[in-house]
Amino acid sequence: MTKIVTPGIDWLAVAPVLALVAAGLLIIMLRALFRRATWVYDAAIGSAVLGIAISAVFLWRQWDSIRADGPYLALSKMMAIDGFAVFLGVVVLSATLLTLMLSSEYLGRQGIRSRPEYVALLLFSATGMLVMTTANDLIVVFVALETLSIPLYVLAAYDRNRMRSLEAGMKYFVLGAFSSAVLLYGIALVYGATGTTSLSGIADFLTRVTLLENGTLIAGLMLLLVGLGFKIAAVPFHMWTPDVYEGAPTPITAFMASATKAAGFAAILRVLLTAFASYSTDWRPVIWALAILTLLVGSVVALVQTDVKRMLAYSSISHAGYILIGLEAGTRQGLRAALFYLLVYAFMVIGSFAVVAVVGRRDHRHLISDYRGFATRQPLLAALLAFFLLAQAGIPPTGGFMAKLGVFSAVANPVSGDQKGLSYSLLIVGVIASVISAFFYLRVVVTMYGSEADVPDGEEVARGTGSRISLDVPTGLVLVVCAVLTLWVGILPTLLLDFARDATLIF
Amino acid sequence: MSGFPILTAIIVTPIIGSLITLCVPARRPDVARAVGFVATAATLGFAAWLLWDFKTATDTFQFVEETRWFDALGVGYIVGVDGFSIFMVAVTALLFPIGLLASTTLDHRVKAYTFWFLLLEGAIMGIFLSLDLICFFVFWEAMLVPMYFLIAGWGSSRRVYAAMKFFIYTAAGSAFLLASILVLGFLHQSATGVLTFDYRVLASWNGLASSTEKWLFLGFMAAFAIKAPLFPFHTWLPDVHTEAPTAGSVVLAGVILKMGAYGFLRFSFELFPQASVYFSPLLLTLAVIGIIYGSIVAAMQKDAKRVIAFSSLAHMGFILLGIFSITIFGLDGAAVTMLSHPLTTGALFLVIGMLYERRHTRQISDFGGIWKSAPVLTSFFLVALFAGIGLPGFSGFIGEFLALLGTFLAHRWWAVVATAGVILAAVYMLWMFQRVFTGVPDGENAKVHDVSLREIVVVVPLLALSLFIGLYPKPVIDRVEPTVKRVISNFERKTNYEQPKFDRIGPRHGGGATR
Repeated sequence: MTKIVTPGIDWLAVAPVLALVAAGLLIIMLRALFRRATWVYDAAIGSAVLGIAISAVFLWRQWDSIRADGPYLALSKMMAIDGFAVFLGVVVLSATLLTLMLSSEYLGRQGIRSRPEYVALLLFSATGMLVMTTANDLIVVFVALETLSIPLYVLAAYDRNRMRSLEAGMKYFVLGAFSSAVLLYGIALVYGATGTTSLSGIADFLTRVTLLENGTLIAGLMLLLVGLGFKIAAVPFHMWTPDVYEGAPTPITAFMASATKAAGFAAILRVLLTAFASYSTDWRPVIWALAILTLLVGSVVALVQTDVKRMLAYSSISHAGYILIGLEAGTRQGLRAALFYLLVYAFMVIGSFAVVAVVGRRDHRHLISDYRGFATRQPLLAALLAFFLLAQAGIPPTGGFMAKLGVFSAVANPVSGDQKGLSYSLLIVGVIASVISAFFYLRVVVTMYGSEADVPDGEEVARGTGSRISLDVPTGLVLVVCAVLTLWVGILPTLLLDFARDATLIF
Repeated sequence: MSGFPILTAIIVTPIIGSLITLCVPARRPDVARAVGFVATAATLGFAAWLLWDFKTATDTFQFVEETRWFDALGVGYIVGVDGFSIFMVAVTALLFPIGLLASTTLDHRVKAYTFWFLLLEGAIMGIFLSLDLICFFVFWEAMLVPMYFLIAGWGSSRRVYAAMKFFIYTAAGSAFLLASILVLGFLHQSATGVLTFDYRVLASWNGLASSTEKWLFLGFMAAFAIKAPLFPFHTWLPDVHTEAPTAGSVVLAGVILKMGAYGFLRFSFELFPQASVYFSPLLLTLAVIGIIYGSIVAAMQKDAKRVIAFSSLAHMGFILLGIFSITIFGLDGAAVTMLSHPLTTGALFLVIGMLYERRHTRQISDFGGIWKSAPVLTSFFLVALFAGIGLPGFSGFIGEFLALLGTFLAHRWWAVVATAGVILAAVYMLWMFQRVFTGVPDGENAKVHDVSLREIVVVVPLLALSLFIGLYPKPVIDRVEPTVKRVISNFERKTNYEQPKFDRIGPRHGGGATR
């Protein structure tokens, strides 16, 4: 009888993931056992928060061990436990927790009954994201991508009484499945070219062997980029974003903009910067073009949006462009800037969507013109939204400015002389895009703060937002946390910049 | 007084004031106002102290404070003051309490108004005091937000449009500024191994390739030319001026426009001396066009505030002319005008604001014969007008004369054309004066009441200072000149530029003024 050799399990490496899975499973079981009990939802929230907390503690332990003994590969090199994974794990967990806090009030308001499952799905999606941050094998990347995506398809359609939400879920599912297939094809081609799916294996192979015919490899790499570009909503793979962001329940939109983006970038950064580091002359021009397209299309199309959620969707696309700038630089500095951007962006965008979620009404119109005179009715919420939008526009002293400063400085400091032209042109496009983006963020601010006579279009004046909005405690907490962090990072960025600096990739 | 971080105090005091204002309940506008006065007055006190303690014997930065901000980019919080910045700080400190005093007639959302106004002062102080390029940029960009809200919240009818225009124009310019700052810093790093944005280090570095230097100069210029504003980039100015509230206009004309000129003087000149010389004919030409164009368009305006707005464009032309003459006289003149123009134009905007409060119109054709009904108000306007158009005895004369003199020495024909602007200024200002103040008052105009004590307190210090500088400019020149000489000698050291030689000033004497 042959003995099956199983790899030794490094429990610390998988502990953060297990904590989330356990919490999710517990919720599902509670729901199955006590179908009618109303306390299940509270228990679900409790176990989710506990799961996230335990997961965070283990991440912290991992960080300690990485600082002490260096990064390592676990589970027969399937998972990389390095600073990079911990850093993005923190982003994912923070985003999950904040989304959870935003959701209760929203679910209650929408009259969604199956709320415990919502929490469980959120946790499963976060699980996939955590795996994604550590994935050191293309197969793991794929499994993680599916694990994070499938609950998201359901969550996007969660408000099932509303056509828009169903449409969002359907669209996300069809296009997501398609992009997964493309990714899988890419993985197959890369495997065909290199004989391995392990990222470190690929890197090893590519440095040892000079391929005379590298067409298969390049084709595989490009297909990988397409598949992952879909998740981070890079132009031209962004088509789903506005519809899905608009239709999905607003807390889920916030989750997709922050956590999904972080997970997508985790894969794209790790694949390109470790496995294909020696092929950077091949992928950098592609990333360059993607970045320019993403920046320009994202910010220009955002200009003409009339719906706040769609506007934020396009703005989220353009933010992916800024992060791609950091990737294009291809340096340690660029990686640090991209990571820092992802962290700061998570807080800014969740903050923005938190206000939008609170303001949103039953008929789910989020027209910019509905925010007319918002500042006089809800001075505090308006001030917060204005703050988050200005932060996204990159106005100092906010974290948004520091984030943009980081990616711009990465590209202003090109590694080699021959890339200078490309890098500087990306820098110029980046700053131009940030001016364009200032315009559409300000449009919302103008609408909120201008009096009704100032806005020249003839639509009917401010409906709906007139009634007083009572903030529930968790949402208030989300707003405060996001605002404080955004401002704090803008004034004293050192701590998080150092965190991002230490979040290196194992290689 | 060593040890007390006076420059930080100047930046932080208004910001602390604004945070205190936030805590004041909205139904107590009087308290918010009081906080505003205390904060701005304290800042003025610090500025006066700074002026008093400023040493004239040295050309280096004084009162320098230095702390690291974030090491990832080698960015520090570095503040310091020299002959260029000291008077900008002083005049900013003076204009803000006056602006606040002029806004006491404002009756809605006083708390928010005071908040933004104080925040604006802190940011502007930061701009003039920062010696780290990133730190400078942070203040430069942060200044936009309070100004935006001041215009959008308390301006006149088309305020939202004007606020947006102001924001977008300035943001567009500063985007290129940021890109250039970063490239400069990293080029310095790759050449010397030190990553720093410390202005003093970068200014003493001389390793830029000539073409790179030109590109970077253009990047900086994009920001400064829009802010100054230089001729083709000025289109935001009249709109914003017209729509801004009175105190906003005072600050805008007085200080914010100077930020562009200050940027050229402080950053472009010492960082990119070769490119500055290379581009100076272009900038001189644009400055002259600005003078002539601004003056002619000012004469054609129907709105009194727009007249002053376009006159600011012309005055900024004189400042830029003086700067890009790259002579000691020219720079002295520019520095004096940068101090004088806020005083005179501030006074003019204040008087126009007072008229607006009385008549709720700014159309020149609606006025007439105000002299009869409000003689003191009229005399204020007349004095401010003469100070503004450069009548000898007022500060405007000293500044414009020196600027023109410097330009004449270096670039004769530009000076000749620009001098026409002095005459045109007299034309449009006196013409407006005639239409508004002289004649027989009818209807509403006859009922215009004269100035109150508060309004006297607001205007008189500005005019008195202008007169003082006009009669006795030595204290100003003494403080500016060492810095000017430093900049000029920097030019002569780093480029083959030589400033025109002259043995003595006065009637042509031997080889006198030659190029």
